[in-house]
Amino acid sequence: MSATVTTMLLVAVQCGLLLVLAPVLVGLMRQVRARLEGRAGAGVLQPWRDLAKLARKEPLRAPGVRFGGALPVLLMGASLLLVALLPLLQTATLVAVPEDLFVVVSVLLLGTVAIALLGLDSGTAFGGMGASRHMTVAALVEPTILVAVYALSIPVGTSNLSAIVSARLDHPATVVAPVSLLALVALFIVVIAETGRLPVDNPSTHLELTMIHEAMILESSGRDLGWVEYASWLRLGALLALVANLAAPWGVVQHLDVLAVLIAMVALVLKVAVLGAAIASGEVFLAKLRLFRVPELLAGSFVLAFLAVTASYLTV
Amino acid sequence: MSLLEVGLVAQLALALLAVTAAVAAPTPLRPLLAGGATLLLGLSGVATGALALGGHTGIVSAPLTVGLGLDARMTLAPDRLGGLFMLLAGAVGAVAALYSIGYVRGPAGSRTGCAAFAVFLLGLQLVPASGDVVAFLLTWELMAIGSTILVLAEHGRRDQVRSAGLWYAAMTHLSFLFLLAGFAVLTVAGHSSSFAALAAGRISGDRAGLAFVLLTIGFATKAGLVPVHVWLPRAHPEAPSHVSAVMSAAMVKMGVYGVVLTVTRLLPGGPRWWGLLVLALALPSALYGILQASVTSDLKRLLAYSTTENVGLILSAVAISMLAASSGDSAVAGVAMVAALMLTLSHAAFKTVLFLGAGALLHATAERDLDRLGGLVRTMPRTAVAFGVACLGAAALPVTSGFAAEWVLLQALIHGDTRDRLTSALLPAAIAVVALTAGLALLTFVKAFGIAFMARPRSPGATTAHEVNRPMTAAMLIGAAAVLALGLAPGLAATAAATALRSAGVVGAVGAATTASAAAAVGTGAGWGVALPGIGAHLDPLALTLLALAVTLPVVLVTWLLARRHPRRDVDLVWGGGGVRTSPRMQYTATSFAEPLVRVFDDALQPTRDLRVTHAGESRYLVQDISFHQHLDDRVEKSLYRPAITVLDRAGDLARLVQNGSIHRYLGFSFVALLVVLVAVAW
Repeated sequence: MSATVTTMLLVAVQCGLLLVLAPVLVGLMRQVRARLEGRAGAGVLQPWRDLAKLARKEPLRAPGVRFGGALPVLLMGASLLLVALLPLLQTATLVAVPEDLFVVVSVLLLGTVAIALLGLDSGTAFGGMGASRHMTVAALVEPTILVAVYALSIPVGTSNLSAIVSARLDHPATVVAPVSLLALVALFIVVIAETGRLPVDNPSTHLELTMIHEAMILESSGRDLGWVEYASWLRLGALLALVANLAAPWGVVQHLDVLAVLIAMVALVLKVAVLGAAIASGEVFLAKLRLFRVPELLAGSFVLAFLAVTASYLTV
Repeated sequence: MSLLEVGLVAQLALALLAVTAAVAAPTPLRPLLAGGATLLLGLSGVATGALALGGHTGIVSAPLTVGLGLDARMTLAPDRLGGLFMLLAGAVGAVAALYSIGYVRGPAGSRTGCAAFAVFLLGLQLVPASGDVVAFLLTWELMAIGSTILVLAEHGRRDQVRSAGLWYAAMTHLSFLFLLAGFAVLTVAGHSSSFAALAAGRISGDRAGLAFVLLTIGFATKAGLVPVHVWLPRAHPEAPSHVSAVMSAAMVKMGVYGVVLTVTRLLPGGPRWWGLLVLALALPSALYGILQASVTSDLKRLLAYSTTENVGLILSAVAISMLAASSGDSAVAGVAMVAALMLTLSHAAFKTVLFLGAGALLHATAERDLDRLGGLVRTMPRTAVAFGVACLGAAALPVTSGFAAEWVLLQALIHGDTRDRLTSALLPAAIAVVALTAGLALLTFVKAFGIAFMARPRSPGATTAHEVNRPMTAAMLIGAAAVLALGLAPGLAATAAATALRSAGVVGAVGAATTASAAAAVGTGAGWGVALPGIGAHLDPLALTLLALAVTLPVVLVTWLLARRHPRRDVDLVWGGGGVRTSPRMQYTATSFAEPLVRVFDDALQPTRDLRVTHAGESRYLVQDISFHQHLDDRVEKSLYRPAITVLDRAGDLARLVQNGSIHRYLGFSFVALLVVLVAVAW
């Protein structure tokens, strides 16, 4: 019983940590990018200031919009559930809710659907456009995710994320095995696509020809917009943390004790910060892909995932 | 007389009652009386099916040839597997009958329509009860004829109905032909027409292979696999909606039942290529079905193609089970077969609601083109809730039945034996196809729900829509509750599936492996979840829901606090700057929603587009009007059936040379025939 309580506490700590850090992560990525482009930047805390401002504003509702308030809350719930299901700090899982990768993926998709419906609900050309593109990308990403999951699960014999991370901690050599590397690269491209970063979507543009994420949330305002933004950042933070933990599982707690958890928290923050900064610096050199070139990128990532599976047969 | 036999006889009696009510009741009372009797028929099917699933046995047998001195009998003797499918058919039928009380008016509510519905449902419920080949084929034909009459119900209103009826009748008889041939081979090889004797006879060798191929083609045609799916997107849209619901959710499943019956009971432990054959039919069907569904804008056509997709997934699971069993991997074989049955139950639940919902939309707006719907969540809230839940199920999102079933399928796939060369090559491909199918299903059902129910109405019909009447909403909400119940407590479906596979008659390699391991590999986990101890995985959607509620509660609380300070303000246009709200015609439609997908899969879909721009006066830059037409043909139909029909037409024309209506020629034929007979006799 006490083990369950501890695990639940840890899950709560994990959610709290991500809640605090996700906006900072986005701030950091924007700041890195600004500095590399020769701008001063708004500071890493700017996303937090934005959220505080949005929370104080009154949301507007156009006639015909019904779910402008409910869907952002649902999206936020899905993002939080995603964070709660990932083994970011510890590998001890809740007995009743195993950190099954297929469940994680479906929770991710729940968020995807919530935001696409938000776009459709607005009843404007932009909202529908964003939703359509978003769902197309999501549909094409799905095979890569599941095949990459399969590749990661073959050596362990289960799709349980905690077991996968544990196995990587116990046998560090598996992290640099070709199977793992290929699957990670595939998963990374998927994360980029799902969180709307360059080169799939440009998070800092409102150019109608190319935008995906921004088009869907164009009609949201006030706290609705705040939740949508917060949820998207949380999702980015959680997925980057997952990739970081799969690539470098060190620091994740296997046996519970307070000091170890603190170390795990510091390690997680560092890993995510490094990965985020790396992505931001990479984005400086990238242009957005034409929308109809994106499927080619995704097909490429699928090939990588498929290669990972094939490589796993060779090593078994 | 055992309880089960009482149930079987009660079904016959209730069907008779329903037909009597349909024929004798006055027009205003007919939907209520005939629908009520049909509802009871469905419920008796549920009860009887549950008894059979629980292990009760009973035999109802009737002589077929009275006074001819032959001993031909038809026997109804459902086993556990048959019980599960009878339960499914009865439940779908009962919900559809409830819906029909409020729905049937006009041709669908005629004497013929109401009587045919009861006969159709009776046939449907007795197919899985059949204990021998004769009963199976007779009830199968009853089901086919009942449904054909129902497909033709509205032939006076639309021309397409006649063409759809023709296609359906042709394909359903093609199916029957193959089944007849397949069962004939089996009967000859096994020296008996009783399923129990055939199962005990252990038929093997070439004749078993031949029978398997014939039966698979026959069942695949009924199940709507590519390339014999062509009747689905025609018959489903044209039939009355409660009939489409039963056809898609239950009748198509009889094809699945047939395949499962064949591979677990009649011909268990077949060679490897049997599994490969089923997989080669099923996986492309899943992908092709959902691809067509994702780009079509006719709601009922979309649902019909989605049926092809789901049956493809179900039979893929069956095929994986067969392959795993043939390589001796009994745990995976058991889990995959359980996944197939769970997918079957799940699809029955959500597809019933979706078709009934499509019927409600048609009833309320007179539109079934998604491009002309919109904003219905305001006017039809109950329909929206039921349809939305069913869409979640169809998109396999948590916590619906579709999610739990697909999770079990994926677990079976990733635990497949990778040491085996063939499986190791097939598994990643199968996972990729299942994943792409799931992704496209997500897009399809976001489109279906988002375009039909959200945003603003796109046509006058959608603007003036009204909520449908009580029996219809009640039927849809019951179905939606089933989707959620099977999703929150997938242990129920898993246990039912594992029990069904424990049929007394199941023997042989696939059968034994499936049965023994299905019991061991599946159990209800903690709470109502599903546990797969055979491969070490478990899922408890109830706990997942609780966790989701726990993390969402603070968000709701904060939102509530903020909303108290800053209530929502209604404005005409959020970014209007003093402008007025733009026209609803500027919204994305279903066609535009799927446009990126049509581009991505351009080679596979080969759309024909026609864009006409009329310029204003001499200017190249000012446009007066633009018209855009996009047409998506079913490519399989175009490249496979059109040529076949052309050849048949030519053959018909040639036959006309012989048979030209001239009496002289016919007399000549008679004369020649007589001569030939005389010569033959004299020889």
